[in-house]
Parts: sequence; C-alpha cells; structure tokens
Amino acid sequence: MTALTGGFADPAIQSAQGFRVLMQAMARPGTIHDLALAVPPAPLGRAAGTVALLLADPTTPLHLAQGHDAIRDWLAFHAGCPLVGPDRAALALGRWDDLLPLDRFAIGLPDYPDRSATLIVALDRLEAQGARLTGPGIRDQVSLSLPDIAPFRANRALFPMGLDFILTCGDRIACLPRSTVVEDA
Amino acid sequence: MSDYNFAYLDEQTKRMIRRAILKALAIPGYQVPFASREMPMPYGWGTGGVQLTAACLVPDDRLKVIDQGADDTTNAVSIRAFFQRTAGVAVTTATTQATVIQTRHRIPETPLTDGQILIYQVPIPEPLRFLEPRETETRRMHALEEYGLMHVKLYEDIARHGQIATSYAYPVKVEGRYVMDPSPIPKFDNPKLSDNPAIQLFGAGREQRIYALPPWTQVVSLDFDDHPFVASKADHACDLCGARDSYLDEVVTDDVGSRMFVCSDTDHCTTRRDAGHTGRLAEVAA
Ligand SMILES: [Zn+2]
Repeated sequence: MTALTGGFADPAIQSAQGFRVLMQAMARPGTIHDLALAVPPAPLGRAAGTVALLLADPTTPLHLAQGHDAIRDWLAFHAGCPLVGPDRAALALGRWDDLLPLDRFAIGLPDYPDRSATLIVALDRLEAQGARLTGPGIRDQVSLSLPDIAPFRANRALFPMGLDFILTCGDRIACLPRSTVVEDA
Repeated sequence: MSDYNFAYLDEQTKRMIRRAILKALAIPGYQVPFASREMPMPYGWGTGGVQLTAACLVPDDRLKVIDQGADDTTNAVSIRAFFQRTAGVAVTTATTQATVIQTRHRIPETPLTDGQILIYQVPIPEPLRFLEPRETETRRMHALEEYGLMHVKLYEDIARHGQIATSYAYPVKVEGRYVMDPSPIPKFDNPKLSDNPAIQLFGAGREQRIYALPPWTQVVSLDFDDHPFVASKADHACDLCGARDSYLDEVVTDDVGSRMFVCSDTDHCTTRRDAGHTGRLAEVAA
C-alpha cells in the first residue's frame, strides 16, 4: 500500500455512485449504508476514506486528527486538500476521541449556517441500536449506536448552526446532521 | 462518452455541488449558496435543476423530466436528451419507473416513493425577495426568523381579495423554522411537499442557490386561523380521463373559444386512460 494506490479506479462514475449513497445517508439520518469504493492506508477504514475522496479537494481545508499521519500523503495525492487546524476546517477526519472537543470546529454563522464543518468520524462500532434519533429524514424514529449522547444534543441545540457528522466503521456509514434530535434509548 | 465529463460537469464542480446538497439536507429549507456554472442552455431552462441532476445522476438511473407536468415540451425533451447523451442514463415518462425526476412547476400526481429524487427548477429561491430586495437583509430576516412581513403580505391579499390570492409559489414553513419558496408549483401541490418519502432538491441557477427537503420533512403552507390554507384547483373533472383529484390545465380547443380541462400531469392522464378511465370529451379527443 502506497500513497499512490487505493483511490477511485474510475473517478467520475465511482464519485457519482458513492455520492448517491452518501446523499441517501444524509437524507435519512441514522440509517446504515455500505460505502467502500476507496482503499486507504491503515488505520483509515474504507468508508471513511471513500467519504474523504467524495468531499475533499483543494478548496476544502481538512483537519486530520492525530493518529492518522499515515494517510497524510494519501490524502495529498488523491484529494489535494490543504491540512489545517480545527478552527479553519471545512472537513475533519479522525477517531471520535481524537476529534474532541467539538467546540474547536466552525458551526457556521446565523446568516450562513452552511459555513460549518463536516466531521468524518471513525468508530469501532456502528449498529442500528442504542440512541433514539428523530427529526427531518426520519419517518418515525431510528436507533443508532453513538459514542456519546451529550455532544450531539448540544450540537442540535445550536440549530440551524452546528456540525454535521458522517459516522463510519469499516465499510459502513451513517449520518447525523445537526437537525437530528438525539435521546437516550 | 469518454470525450465528455460524466453528466457534462467536471469532477470539481460536481463535488462542490454535492457538498452544497449535503448542507442543504442538513438544514432543511435553508438556501445554500453555490457557484453556479454556465450550462449549454439558457437560464430560463432550469440550469439550477440541471446542475443538481448532473451532480446526482449515476449511470443506472432512469430519468424523467417534466415541464408544467408534461414530458413532451421542448424544454423537457431537450434536458432529457442532454442527460442521455452526457450521462448515458435511461429515460422514462412514467413517474413510477423514474429514479430521478427533474421538474419545472409541478409535483407528479402519482405519489413518490422511498428512494426517488425530485429535483425542482427554481427561478427565484428567496420567498422574502418581493418584500425586501437586499440579500443581506433577507439573510438576516431568516436568521432571526423575522417572518412577520410575509404574514402581513398574505393578510393584505385577504383584505383586498377576500382570500389569499397567491396561487403559485405559495410560501411554506419547513419543520417550524425556515420559510421557503416551493418554486412556482400551483398551491394545489403544496400538501405533497410535506411528509414525502422522496428526497426533494431545489436548484436556482441564475440565483446560485440550492435547498432541500429530506424525506418525511414537515412542510406547512403559511395561513391564518380565520383563513386556512386551501389546496385549490379548477372545479372540474379532466375531460380526457375523468380524474376529479388532479390539477387541470384549461385548454382552448378551437377559434370560437371552446374549452376543455385536462390533467396537467400527462403521465397521470395517459396512465388513467390506458386503464380505461374516460372523461367528458374522451371520444372527441380520440
Ligand atoms: Zn386526465
């Protein structure tokens, strides 16, 4: 595995197919989807690597959390995104514990709540059980294993500002946009 | 196809639009700015919708394009052909068969399903524009939820006409937060915006805005306790298929002013007639 391999073999088509999965996941918070089109170096999982390549490019400053230095060159080659500190990041990538505290990231402005960071989070576990999620995109309610509850509740309280989360584990993703209400099961 | 970018736009442009779509889905009803690109068609042809469609399509999609409910207008035919050529997708006129539907000014009569994507062409995305032309001000009004002026405008309608005269692009409130322009659909279609299993995306090319409704989002048409919203339509049945519950266009049929009412949704009307339903003038029209 080198920095030069493991990107999209057919970028236009795989980007389109990958985005469709990501869009469905963001539109239906808490639902789990398979997404493994890229093969990044360890420790980054295939889903997290795929999301990074779908979203990152030279126009999107990305914060790489500690412990992921091994993928620095891979990102530089395949995405070309500048690596920055958390406060300037449009995207962030790393393990949950390494991304904390969340208040280092941009939550947008009252007039421009879209100017906020999207966090691509690597988790050890992602299953349809645990916290109860409700809100736009969710017909009744869904359950999702989350690494914590309070930070997501605090994030929802900022709405329409706030962070959007793309949770990944191995080959799977689920999204938790700022609009989702999170409660203990 | 290898001589073209997939779906016309280059990868970096599609990535930019895709990021905007995700933000729009995360903040339902909020207008996300995006850097609209020149498309090989005039703005009036729905370049905002075309760019959204380009960013969403995958090769195995089946695309439907409607213009005021019809699949066969020049605009609809051209956009469909454009994506057949640049993305190699299949096309259809059947609402039930489509995976992606780009629309100008209508929501199909046939209920949409889980997994479908409805993409609206939007001329003026800002519902507060005719009250306040300055964007810095309308952004502030949205930020502060200052929507009183909008209610005043609707109430002036009632004072002047005895009812709310706005019949197209009737403003809605999304999840109790953002007031949104649903594009110039007839207000008859407004109830279909809410609690819809499909993803709804709105694109304004000239105005460079994208906004969205995730599935099952609550969308309420603005109204008053003493003047509740009514999703009205012409009080007729379709003269071709007999439908009483579809939105109708009034068509002049000869030079002495004879008129008929027909479904604006041509797929809906055709499907009903194929199933044996007939209207008042079905024989004449055939
Ligand atoms: Zn009809």
